[in-house]
Amino acid sequence: MSIWEYANPVKFIRTTDLVLPWVSALAVAALVVGLVWGFFFTPEDYRQGSTVKIIYLHVPAAMMAINAWVMMLVTSLVWIVRRHHVSALAARAAAPIGATFTIIALVTGALWGQPMWGTWWAWDPRLTSFLILFLFYLGYMALWTAIENDDTAADLTSILCLVGSVFALLSRYAVNFWNQGLHQGASLSLDAEENVADVFWYPLLVCIAGFVLLFVALVFLRTQTEIRARRARALLARERQA
Amino acid sequence: MIALLTRDLRLAVRAGGGFGLGLAFFLIVTVLVPFGVGPETGLLSKIAPGVLWIGALLACLLSLDRIFALDWEDGSLDLLATAPLPMEGIVSVKALAHWITTGLPLVLAAPLLGVLLSLPADGYLWVLVSLAVGTPALSVIGTFGAALTVGLKRGGLLLSLLVLPLYVPTLIFGAEVARRGAEGLAVQTPLLMLGGISAGAIALLPFASAAVLRINLR
Repeated sequence: MSIWEYANPVKFIRTTDLVLPWVSALAVAALVVGLVWGFFFTPEDYRQGSTVKIIYLHVPAAMMAINAWVMMLVTSLVWIVRRHHVSALAARAAAPIGATFTIIALVTGALWGQPMWGTWWAWDPRLTSFLILFLFYLGYMALWTAIENDDTAADLTSILCLVGSVFALLSRYAVNFWNQGLHQGASLSLDAEENVADVFWYPLLVCIAGFVLLFVALVFLRTQTEIRARRARALLARERQA
Repeated sequence: MIALLTRDLRLAVRAGGGFGLGLAFFLIVTVLVPFGVGPETGLLSKIAPGVLWIGALLACLLSLDRIFALDWEDGSLDLLATAPLPMEGIVSVKALAHWITTGLPLVLAAPLLGVLLSLPADGYLWVLVSLAVGTPALSVIGTFGAALTVGLKRGGLLLSLLVLPLYVPTLIFGAEVARRGAEGLAVQTPLLMLGGISAGAIALLPFASAAVLRINLR
């Protein structure tokens, strides 16, 4: 029993078919509980008022936007090293989801920033690096769709993902250097003595769990779709040859 | 390698287009900016370093698809791939040729165009230095982008979408050196970072470009 068994598309589809309903149900449950708890059953912040509640969408989305890229990096590496097609397809499946999370983080941040900072947008390091991350997602997805041969596309995009990761990190630090921030520091560090107050903390944790599960469910579903789409294309090609 | 370099340079100079095009584009962009933001000298001299950097970057971008496209079309890229020279060497030479035909003229033209934008007197040296240090990185990164899109019919637009995010760190540090230089501040930190990015890109990216080119040629 090793993890590489799931590199077999049939095995992957069979297993994810079993797991998918559970993961989706858990994701929905966690999101409903976390968001309802967060929106209706937490006190208002004494300075930020009710706007503080956007944290339940903003923080998990921002986390997953970065984690989705990391996942793409790992699956791209697996594809380059071990040539498992499911891995490349999973990276392809994750990109639009990650891009969507990036947009959610940017939009919720703008909605919060308008009343709190008095502006929709500031060229703050965190905001700017998220915008750049979004551009990386766009380029990655565009390259996937531009190339017709599946294996070539998988190879090229995975190398782009590797190079892009290095430059995304570089941009992050360059942007830090370029402009001082308006954004508050990290509110969820594991090593910090105290993060946000406990009343906000627990529903936030539930929301984060919900977003992670949602991401996993969507990646499973989209990877299955990609596998089936490729299978359908192969069948059509074979029919045309016969 | 030297033969390949002289061949590329000769092609760029003699086979029309290419060579002067980037320079002309740089000139046009710099001339258009005052039309866009108004002829006020104070404002122009404040944004001059940034405008020069953006102009150089766009001019560089414009000429990227020529790095491999012509060789791809007439098949000489396949011949080069089977030559004894390793792919990494070919890619590096191509990047070098691109820098000599595009980057270097841009660096030399930048102070002249700075006059048009009333760049402060302190700025000339640092615009020159920052572009000289930064444009090799632009060429090498651009070669990677060009290698990614070499086989595509309409790769130009995709190429800019892929390459521009990769240009962000170089642009930030390069423009920062030029801006600080123009305002008479200390430039050491961003200049070192810019040099670091250039050196790292020159050392590492040819491997990625070569891998990508091999995939595209198989």
